[in-house]
Amino acid sequence: MKTQPLLLSTSPFLKDATSTPFIMWQVVFTLVPVVLAATYYFGISALLVTGACVAGAILTEWVFTQRTIRDGSAMITGILLALTLPPGIPLWMAFVGGVASIGLGKLIFGGIGYNVFNPALVGRAFLQAAFPVSLTTWSPQGNFSGFWEVRGANFALPFMTSTGIDATTAATPLAMMKWGNQPTGMMELFLGNTAGSLGETCAVVILMGGLYLAVRNLFNWRIPVSIFATVFILASVLHLLNPEAFPPAIFHLLSGGLVLGAVFMATDMVTSPVTPLGCWIFGIGIGILVIVIREFGGLPEGVMYSILLMNAATPIINRLTQPRIYGAVKETQ
Amino acid sequence: MTALLHFLNPAKTFKHGIHPSEYKDFTKDLPIERMPFVDEYVLPLSQHLGAPSKPIVKAGDKVFRGQPVAEASGFVSVPLHASVTGTIKGIELRHHPTGKMVESIVIERDPFSPQTLYNEKQLDWEHLSPPELVQFIQSGGFVGLGGAAFPTHVKLTPPKGKTAKFFIVNAAECEPFLTTDHRLMLEQTDSIYLGIRVCMKILGAEKTYIGVETNKPDAISRLQATVPSDLNCEVVPVQTKYPQGAEKMLITAVLNREVPSGKLPIDAEVVVNNVGTMAGIGDLVRFNQPLIERVVTVTGPGIHRPANLTVPIGTKLSDLLAYCGGITDDTRQILFGGPMMGAPQVFLDVPVMKGTSGVVCLTEELIRPRHEYACIHCSRCVEACPVFLNPSRLGQLARVKRYEEMINYHLMDCVECGSCSYVCPSNIPLVQRFRVAKGMIREKQARKQ
Repeated sequence: MKTQPLLLSTSPFLKDATSTPFIMWQVVFTLVPVVLAATYYFGISALLVTGACVAGAILTEWVFTQRTIRDGSAMITGILLALTLPPGIPLWMAFVGGVASIGLGKLIFGGIGYNVFNPALVGRAFLQAAFPVSLTTWSPQGNFSGFWEVRGANFALPFMTSTGIDATTAATPLAMMKWGNQPTGMMELFLGNTAGSLGETCAVVILMGGLYLAVRNLFNWRIPVSIFATVFILASVLHLLNPEAFPPAIFHLLSGGLVLGAVFMATDMVTSPVTPLGCWIFGIGIGILVIVIREFGGLPEGVMYSILLMNAATPIINRLTQPRIYGAVKETQ
Repeated sequence: MTALLHFLNPAKTFKHGIHPSEYKDFTKDLPIERMPFVDEYVLPLSQHLGAPSKPIVKAGDKVFRGQPVAEASGFVSVPLHASVTGTIKGIELRHHPTGKMVESIVIERDPFSPQTLYNEKQLDWEHLSPPELVQFIQSGGFVGLGGAAFPTHVKLTPPKGKTAKFFIVNAAECEPFLTTDHRLMLEQTDSIYLGIRVCMKILGAEKTYIGVETNKPDAISRLQATVPSDLNCEVVPVQTKYPQGAEKMLITAVLNREVPSGKLPIDAEVVVNNVGTMAGIGDLVRFNQPLIERVVTVTGPGIHRPANLTVPIGTKLSDLLAYCGGITDDTRQILFGGPMMGAPQVFLDVPVMKGTSGVVCLTEELIRPRHEYACIHCSRCVEACPVFLNPSRLGQLARVKRYEEMINYHLMDCVECGSCSYVCPSNIPLVQRFRVAKGMIREKQARKQ
């Protein structure tokens, strides 16, 4: 009757169209406006740093395993890493960060799906430990008129100290708050018109990206919601207790890397819990750690370490929050 | 988005589940037609869950349509009846839809017979006692027509000390493509209500609910318009969502109660039966017609003329496909049952059995092989599983064959609906691995005893 053989396989035979590469590329597309916002404030430097990080990430993935190069995950890691870096960072450092993200953050665990920590944050932590000065030297924000103006020491050569480092630097809103007790205007924070990392700037663009991912069911909305809620509640309580020492909650929500971290990094599927209750616990944990580090720690910003710490707790959270199964009977012991 | 739709749509349902494309337009408006008789019919002795039937005829015997040709070999077993008048060609090993070779009674049709029923008579069923009715249903060879083919009389006999307060008729038909039950509800309402009446009498049930998915509004209104006034029966529209037709999910949707883990619906005071089985029982008491034919949806992009057909049990797949105009050149898979839980066929001489609800012909584009990626813990499977398991974790354990540990993650509660495999963006064959794991665990337990 037929020349082509019939296939033998097992049910189900229908399949949802959403695939892992599709999810990854969707995240890449939602990151594009964030990079564009950074470009508005930091000009060509934003694109250069992003390019260096992505190149480092993708090249490393390609050298070690060509298998997963097309799924877009290395691209995400590269862009996210760039968004955590200051615009004036030497490009070779950004490249090394990309290599470290994929190499130390992902491939040594077995590649996509097996890593314990968010690869971009591993890369950022690596850079922070290796080059603390470059990682905390912030260039002031600008706008389109200064597009071609290269910030900071983008073209510094590897391991050449201090030559060519531009003298114009600025402090981030969190640092100004912590050490100078100078608050920054809320509207400035919301639109990102402040000094800081590439992705610490425009909250509104990041939030819109998060909204898009939530509507398309491409990330777990519970995580950002619980982070924001926890930070808001804790910061409000502290502000009420002592308005002199502690900034208002809105300041905490909009400053530093909180929005970027909550929307794009804590929600990394591989390193966050799978159970609904686990996601709430994960988000609340991050929120508490952020406030503790910012207000009582020695650093102005704590989003990166908060997320990395909760990443480490994810396996145990998963284990302890197994869902109640259908028809579960109370066990009599 | 779907959450919003659920909010606006008040139909009852269970938690989680998936929304695959329905593909019911191929056949949902086609009236059931009767397929003409062909020359040969094959009746496998094992068509139901439970012990196989024992043949009571031998090669060369003349049999009439509806005459018993094999008897039940125990309580969880049913007899078989000749689906046509003709001659027994032999009892031999034939291809079976499960892929095995199974002892089957082969009947050659008598081309000159008018094919009237062996023993047609109107039955005075109202004077029969419940145990007599159960006996009568077993002797009619009845099994669940929804797919699992569990003997109906066993379901209608609750164990001592347990009662069925509610009777639920499963007319959800949540499998994509299939329209068998849909057409039955539009065309054979009388038989359905008669079957319900018989079952309610047997069970002594207080009330009957008919659960129908909202994608069959015409069936819902037809059933509602024809409920006999003296029958305590309610038609319950339930959300169009897979696996709404799974027994446990339907019970939750209709009654908002759960079947305890590891127990049967009767432990929640419920008995569930398929709507097709009700129509069959109705015909049994009306015409004394045993289960010798059933409605089959022949559908899919791979068949030239999709149809809803009444066919004798034992009709071979090749005859069925030929009657429907044959399959297209790009057909790559022919399924018995729906695409979510059905079984693929590779031999075209397998027969339609009592539990065969449909024949779905899938083409190249629907079954494109997909690359498997590593689990990215996206939790889609966790949010799809209707029994609230953690397929992501189970899948990881299954990959490294840690079957014992899977029991702690409630593997044995898996209903094998396939929702996890359906949603997995990494194309991991989750439910397929769970079936293997369950098989290994059962084997190991059997060896221990």
